[in-house]
Amino acid sequence: MTAPDSEALSSMGQWQQILTAPPVWRVKVQAASWTSAALALRDQGGRLLGLWGEAGHENAFFYIHALGLGSTGYVWITLTVQSGEGQFPSLADIFPAASRMERALYDLTGIRATGNADTRPWLRHQCWPAGIFPLREGQLDGRSFGVDGDADYPFQLIDSVDVHQIPVGPVHAGTIEPGHFRFSCIGEQILRLEERLGYTHKGVERLFQDRDVFAGARLAGRISGDTTVGYAWAYSMAVESIARCEIPPRAAALRAVCLERERMANHLGDLAALGNDAGFAFCQSQFLFIRESLLRENQEIFGHRYLMDCIIPGGVAFDLNSAQIAAIQRNSESWQRTVQRLDLLLQEHSGLRDRLVGTGKIVPPRAAALGMAGLAGRASGQAWDLRVQFPHTPYQNLDVSIQLSQEGDVAARWQLRFREFYESLRLQTRLLMELPEGAVSTTIPESIPDGEGLGIVEAWRGEVFVALSVENARIKRCHPHDPSWTLWPVLEEAVLNDIVADFPLINKSFNLSYSGHDL
Amino acid sequence: MYRILKEIWRLGIPGKKIIPAKGQGPFRRSAAIRHVDAGSCNACELEIQALSGPHYGLEQVGLNLTASPRHADLLMVTGPVSRHMATALQDTFSAMPNPKKVVAIGDCACTGGIFAGSYAVVGAVEKVLPVAGQCPGCPPTPEAIRQTLVQVARQTRS
Ligand code: SF4
Repeated sequence: MTAPDSEALSSMGQWQQILTAPPVWRVKVQAASWTSAALALRDQGGRLLGLWGEAGHENAFFYIHALGLGSTGYVWITLTVQSGEGQFPSLADIFPAASRMERALYDLTGIRATGNADTRPWLRHQCWPAGIFPLREGQLDGRSFGVDGDADYPFQLIDSVDVHQIPVGPVHAGTIEPGHFRFSCIGEQILRLEERLGYTHKGVERLFQDRDVFAGARLAGRISGDTTVGYAWAYSMAVESIARCEIPPRAAALRAVCLERERMANHLGDLAALGNDAGFAFCQSQFLFIRESLLRENQEIFGHRYLMDCIIPGGVAFDLNSAQIAAIQRNSESWQRTVQRLDLLLQEHSGLRDRLVGTGKIVPPRAAALGMAGLAGRASGQAWDLRVQFPHTPYQNLDVSIQLSQEGDVAARWQLRFREFYESLRLQTRLLMELPEGAVSTTIPESIPDGEGLGIVEAWRGEVFVALSVENARIKRCHPHDPSWTLWPVLEEAVLNDIVADFPLINKSFNLSYSGHDL
Repeated sequence: MYRILKEIWRLGIPGKKIIPAKGQGPFRRSAAIRHVDAGSCNACELEIQALSGPHYGLEQVGLNLTASPRHADLLMVTGPVSRHMATALQDTFSAMPNPKKVVAIGDCACTGGIFAGSYAVVGAVEKVLPVAGQCPGCPPTPEAIRQTLVQVARQTRS
């Protein structure tokens, strides 16, 4: 097949398949087809995953990239904008999640999405002036930036004497990442929540540029520390798609073991934190205990508590022997029993249920309209799981069972974490039982050919992708993308009809990334 | 309730029993800690969260995490001080009563780490605040973080 299986899309231009599993097609379109491509995607029930920009040689032209998901796979659509035009049609009316991505795209490359009424900065605060676009060529030379705070961001407030505002952050009460939340309330009731992010912006996309692809892997593993495996895998997949090399089957299986372990560790951590936010210390210490055993096993067997730098372009950086496999299998049996016991016990705890059930609800039709996916999407009836729909090696043979709920409240996201934990344990057991023999990595040539590649995996929050372009064996552009981009705006809606005191619980039930979003 | 108690019994005390040393210095035997994420990748936070788990007995050594800088003796900073967080970090420090100390946790906070040199970060915490202790690592283990905290809390000079 040379084009995605949809008439509206296939007539759009010259399609090229850049990845087979999962299937990713690439096309360059004219401005006229840009919007109709997005409409065609939406009409077949698809989603927008990401939108990002790239400055061409000497800023003479710009590429606007979008990655979407249609019925037969992923489509990567690129629009070329001449610097004289300086704008492209906004997709925010078709996919609401596009709005913030377009604002960020403007902050970094200076190309405006026309039709998006919201022109406030998003990733830019005040440390670099308007009119400087860090991803354009030559914009940073010889400049040094300040540290001014983000003092006068125009929040959209409700103008009424009865309504009061609660500003929260960027420094939060607990040990979590920084961001600002602005609540408008009547009494305890939340009328509006507006997020202000960008506090952890570290210029990651710029840091990638001019590194070689091997140095890039280390950085990819530090985009979001809780998803280090997800990013390292997506990044490596992108490198491998450019180098046109296949990793050995053993390496693929070991990568999946890492990915499932990352999912389990995060789910356990979230269950602990949710218990804590519900004022239930018992729950917190029980889950932190199991999580700590998992992290210690990671350190002992894989060499790093969070599995950082375990996945490298070409394969993995570790191997397992049979004694280690036996130890992992033994422990996972005992975790299964312990977590199941806690699961049952907590299902019957009326105090906890009272806090979780019906709180922070997003009903399935709203979830579909907002383009939700990942764990939070599945809790609201959105049946997207890359490991199920478009499985890549080694997931084709594992029959991953998708975990779904229609309730869309905190309780659903809580319960799904248990079910996904059991499923990940099952997958790990099976992967280790059927672990292929052979090498754990293949060599990526130092002189990797020029080209563009993409990697995408179902990490614990949802689909993480990395779009990469390489020139003269150096990274020309790398855009990592977190599912949090789509889910952050959903949180603003999920808290409506709840009270301020429930916010920590709702926020934690999504547990979105700041660092992966702010880049 | 009975089953919950039974589970607590099963878990027991997983960490090593820690005997608190005699208190010296301005904080004596206990110090309250405020944490600020100044642009970390979040893995350093995961380790700090792990520190509140049953293996590490943070409170046994006289340390506790506090929600307000007004109650804090130590400021624990992670991340390469992103420019967007620098002001909030300084404000948090100013809000703390004297005597107070700053601890840099993780390679990023100690040197800027992998993000050093980016247009969007200031770099090591030292460049913004006086630092009394450093705990390198990417991320450092909870054990190492605890040791650094205890050591700084017991320094005699403020
Ligand atoms: S030191 Fe490592 S783990 Fe900690 S914030 Fe920096 S990159 Fe992340």
